[in-house]
Amino acid sequence: MTLEEIQSRIQTGLPGSKVEILDPYRDGVHIKALVTYSGFNGKSMVEQHRMVYATLKDELKEEIHALGLETRSE
Amino acid sequence: MDGELKSKIEDLIKSKKVFLFMKGTPDAPQCGFSAGIVTVLKQLQVDFGSFNVLSDMKVREGIKEFTNWPTIPQLYINGEFIGGHDITVQMAQSGELSKKIG
Repeated sequence: MTLEEIQSRIQTGLPGSKVEILDPYRDGVHIKALVTYSGFNGKSMVEQHRMVYATLKDELKEEIHALGLETRSE
Repeated sequence: MDGELKSKIEDLIKSKKVFLFMKGTPDAPQCGFSAGIVTVLKQLQVDFGSFNVLSDMKVREGIKEFTNWPTIPQLYINGEFIGGHDITVQMAQSGELSKKIG
């Protein structure tokens, strides 16, 4: 799964979100996603992360080893 | 999830005020994110319990279902799920974590 695919998966699941994917070790495995989304308003950090995880449910089981997350509401 | 596994997980969470499900042990973490939380807790000089999910496949899968959280490490304080690595680090930086631990 490419970084672009991960980005579009999150954006499809959270319509209107801004998503930036970083690959700090350039290994395609330890990925970091910065997600800004109006739907995060009023949600706890745990809820915000759960919403992002939900868009990558199947990928997190196998393909993605480590996904760092930073979420922001708009 | 079967009842035996559920109560095992609940007992672990309740066994210490601060409890961490991690890969490896506090002295020898087996993943960068687990190591990151251990470092945070050690810096705050927190006495915490931990469980190495690599030693038990059932707990490793069960804890994800129990918390509805797909990744490990997972940190609990007073029986409450706090979050994974990123949330813990953010809360440590803002001072919220030490407030929670009290």
